[in-house]
Amino acid sequence: MAVSSALIDMQNISKVYRMGETEVAALNGVSLSIEEGEYVAIVGTSGSGKSTLMNIVGFLDSPTEGVFAIHGQKASGLTGRQLADLRNREIGFVFQQFNLLARAPAWRQVELPLFYANVARGTARKRALEALTQVGLAERADHRPEELSGGQQQRVAIARALVNRPSLLLADEPTGALDTRTGEEVMALFEKLHEEGLTLVIITHDQEVAERARRVITMRDGVIISDSGGTAGAAHHDRAS
Amino acid sequence: MKLVRYFPVAVDSITANKMRAGLTMLGIIIGVAAVLSILGVGRGASANILDEVASQGTTRLTISPSTESEGEGAGAPVQTLTMGDVKALSDPAFHPDVVEVVPQFAGNIQLVAGSNNKQTRVTGTTADYAGVHGLEMAEGRFLTEEEIARMSNVIVIGTAVATDLFERTQVVGESVRINGEPFTIVGVLEESGNAGFGSNDDSGFIPIGVAHGRIFNVPRYRGEYIVTSASANAVSEERVEAAELQIEQTLRLRRGLGAEDDNDFTISTQASLLDTIGAVTSTLTLLLSSIAAISLVVGGIGIMNIMLVSVTERTKEIGLRKALGAHTSDVLLQFLIESLVLTLLGGLIGIAVSYGLALLVQRIPNFPIDILIGVDALILAVGVSAGCGLIFGLYPAMRATRLDPIEALRYE
Ligand SMILES: Nc1ncnc2c1ncn2[C@@H]1O[C@H](COP(=O)(O)OP(=O)(O)O)[C@@H](O)[C@H]1O
Ligand SMILES: [Mg+2]
Repeated sequence: MAVSSALIDMQNISKVYRMGETEVAALNGVSLSIEEGEYVAIVGTSGSGKSTLMNIVGFLDSPTEGVFAIHGQKASGLTGRQLADLRNREIGFVFQQFNLLARAPAWRQVELPLFYANVARGTARKRALEALTQVGLAERADHRPEELSGGQQQRVAIARALVNRPSLLLADEPTGALDTRTGEEVMALFEKLHEEGLTLVIITHDQEVAERARRVITMRDGVIISDSGGTAGAAHHDRAS
Repeated sequence: MKLVRYFPVAVDSITANKMRAGLTMLGIIIGVAAVLSILGVGRGASANILDEVASQGTTRLTISPSTESEGEGAGAPVQTLTMGDVKALSDPAFHPDVVEVVPQFAGNIQLVAGSNNKQTRVTGTTADYAGVHGLEMAEGRFLTEEEIARMSNVIVIGTAVATDLFERTQVVGESVRINGEPFTIVGVLEESGNAGFGSNDDSGFIPIGVAHGRIFNVPRYRGEYIVTSASANAVSEERVEAAELQIEQTLRLRRGLGAEDDNDFTISTQASLLDTIGAVTSTLTLLLSSIAAISLVVGGIGIMNIMLVSVTERTKEIGLRKALGAHTSDVLLQFLIESLVLTLLGGLIGIAVSYGLALLVQRIPNFPIDILIGVDALILAVGVSAGCGLIFGLYPAMRATRLDPIEALRYE
């Protein structure tokens, strides 16, 4: 498959953090491409650079070196405003700590990306409720985080990540704060969304979680040491099309 | 419009921390209420005084003496306005625009009735005084020309004098003693109901000749009794200035003042009095309002303080919003509108408080002034509190926009 057709294309990405005199290389020449419709798990020990990689893919951070493109469009040299719009339109984030607003009801949380996308209020609310239905929380639309269980909160966060129909959903240890059973429920939800065609990148250090993915990338010390790559993703791709 | 959609966000975050929002707004509430009340009191007081002055006629002129040292180092200054001046001014040939020239000699003296006595301001004057000063009678009548001419021992008193001496106001025909001499009360003045400016409730009026010759030990100047002041009426409101000039000319002539000599008397008109009162009250109001405005600034700094705390507390929220696609301007507007809503709310509560105060004051019987809150003061209050919100909210809001999204998300 041609490189230009990839959803995400990274060439030789490095990220160096400067802390006073010392330099920490969080990423050290990572090249990676992700196709539309893939289900990728990134595994590796703590501090191996997984989150750094995800932040760059999600336009939250910029690489020190290397070329990064989405839909063949290079991300370097974009203004803060353009990056914000890319985060808003192309990426859905799911965080380990859910990151919900403390006092807003579920539908308001889910509506948030649409607010920044200038979607009209009525439409936004309707789409927020649709996204909540998609994650099985339609009846909890008016509940605030403190009235929801951890698993339910994470599903609200997933609905929020989905609501603006992103090209790519990024999840950084999404089950890390959940018990095993609810973690499995959340993973089942991810799988369902993948079946429906969503491109998924999940960071995890849970081997069981990783095994469900079609493609597993292993990182150590800022480099990719193994990538089950291509075949599994392609196989799925073939099946889907 | 997108701007409007930040308001529910602001209201959410304010109601999420009601206690803190209330305390933050307190500075603005107190500031706005204080400024409005003081402006209102100032306006009420000056309206009151102006009413009072206007009710006493706008054609009146008052002539008061200045003092002059007679000769080289001759000692005590002497008053130079005399009955001779009053007689001269009463000549219509030279003063066609002046009518009813009224001399006054006033002093404080004790009135005695039975076992009661009262220190009273007693003015010796003529019959025209009532007309020129717009006095209204509650009982009886004012002094007559005949009584003035015959120097009768008659007196007209204010209600407070009547009640203090007799415990009632229907006292026409009763007698009071001044310096041991009996005076027959011929009239009682209408109560002015105003303890302040221009009240005659504590006054007494007797014929000018009696005051000069028998009651007060009045000195003479060039053979004529001096007066403490004289009043006159102009024929019409339009002729007040002309009347003033005619009076000035006669008095300068009588004193032999040269072109470069200053007047040794002053002529004040109601118009000039109104100007003076207006200037004094507005200066006073301005002064007090500036003091009150300081509390607004303090309130504004309180807002800034709380907004800074709020930005720090919500670092993670700001990071999240940026991750979800918020522009720098979105974050800026969110915090700016939050502080705007906070101060506007404070301003509105402050307005309500000052209105409450105004209503309360109105209910106090005989309270001398009303608090008058004008639309301009309201606009000022709303404008100033909104301005406070924007100015003092700007810095915290800019701090929020500068946060790096990943750093902010990682913040605990
Ligand atoms: N903001 C930062 N400043 C300095 N060092 C950082 C920063 N973020 C990450 N690092 C370092 O980069 C390396 C990779 O971190 P990270 O991507 O968070 O790893 P992982 O998510 O795999 O645990 C770590 O050594 C970490 O200490
Ligand atoms: Mg990590």
